[in-house]
Amino acid sequence: MTTTDKAPVADWATDFDHTHPEYAAHAPEIWDDLRERCPVAHSDRFGGIWLPTRHADVEAVARDTDHYSSEGVIASPFKPEGIAPRGYAPPITSDPPFHAEARRLLLPAFAPKAIARWEGATREACRELVDDVLAGDARVVDAAADYAQHIPVRVIAEMLGVPREDGDRFRVFIHRIMETPGEGLEGLSYEDTLDYYLNQIIESRRAAPPQDDLIGYLLEAEMEGQRLDNEHIRGTIALLIIAGIDTTWSAIGASLWHLAQHPEHRARLRAEPELVPFAVEELLRFYAPVTMARIAASEVDLGDEHVRARDWVLLPFPAANRDPEVFEDADRFVIDRQRNRHVAFGVGIHRCLGSNLARMELTVALEEWLARIPEFELADPDPTAVTWSTGQVRGPRQLPIRILDHGDPV
Amino acid sequence: MRIVYDRDACQGHGRCYSLAPALFDSDDEGYAVVLVDGDVPVEHEQAARLAADNCPEFAIGIVE
Repeated sequence: MTTTDKAPVADWATDFDHTHPEYAAHAPEIWDDLRERCPVAHSDRFGGIWLPTRHADVEAVARDTDHYSSEGVIASPFKPEGIAPRGYAPPITSDPPFHAEARRLLLPAFAPKAIARWEGATREACRELVDDVLAGDARVVDAAADYAQHIPVRVIAEMLGVPREDGDRFRVFIHRIMETPGEGLEGLSYEDTLDYYLNQIIESRRAAPPQDDLIGYLLEAEMEGQRLDNEHIRGTIALLIIAGIDTTWSAIGASLWHLAQHPEHRARLRAEPELVPFAVEELLRFYAPVTMARIAASEVDLGDEHVRARDWVLLPFPAANRDPEVFEDADRFVIDRQRNRHVAFGVGIHRCLGSNLARMELTVALEEWLARIPEFELADPDPTAVTWSTGQVRGPRQLPIRILDHGDPV
Repeated sequence: MRIVYDRDACQGHGRCYSLAPALFDSDDEGYAVVLVDGDVPVEHEQAARLAADNCPEFAIGIVE
């Protein structure tokens, strides 16, 4: 992780850097401050980038597919150009009208009824992981590295039909692509890239008998009467790996971080299991992990600001979720919140395709943890003991937790 | 009370059919399907309001 060479940020309104460790540690405070005094922040970094923090502005950009292209969704010094409407990872990087067809291919596999069949495997994975966490004598464990990180990796590997061990490689790819985009690429051999990994998989799967899994489905799928080409298949699998893993592990980790500090919420979840669906949505609102990016397709006004063509615009959904204009007691965690139009999964045509899967994984991960580890706290009162990811996915990367036995440290 | 559902606005978030399964179902792609024709049964009015209040796309309206 080469984050120490980042230039310090003097003013978040005019020089923000969302990949800075300061941002990772204090993003919610930065959003609240900006929303009050400069709702659309700007920075010259990344070749020109904007950060709206009000719900209305974030929503307006997310819905405006005429003025904003999705050909770049991860802001980095490298700005994709000329790959619309398909983009590198369809459908998340696709623009209309290509987007609708590419998305329609995947929707049935991620609809709630299709996701329900993965709940048993998810529960089993969580139980195994809790077994491992409790196996040793250690009463201080890392709830991010030892638990949360493994859950979506195992589920998506099974859905795709690749060996579980490949998950360890997924985590390396994700770190490189999401946390340090465009950095540390010198000296990287092609054999170490996600591209190479996916090409190998597609080649071997094309040579083998068909299998009933997501990769098998993509190999057979047709769009407008044509089989998908390798580039489309590779991009879509890359999307499922990248978008499906650290987002969900971040949500699980942030939720455990919250519960570690709120015994009253743990107690209510135990006493009132019917609260779980509401609590899960409030955890998603309050700790939404994902910020997406767009590239302005032409000059366009954003709030009172004027965005130049080809500027980056970030869509910090977690900032929108804390806007007091839209949410009553926006800065308060209300475990049984009834009115909750949170946009943790985005809004508009790019609504997170995996939202049903993510919600199921988060629910099961919390249920299984709480069933076996009902009482736990942060192991270290120093807040810097918990480290947060940098970049556009926000969640704890190190989360030392002390397991308590009915309130008494063991 | 009646439900007004805007299919064009729906993006398949799935909040309505998880909060109000008596009133909404999902189709094969995850978009909502309204199960009631005409007035919402009184015992489901609260669920209908929940569904409307939790749709991020404002795709569900309630007419009292």
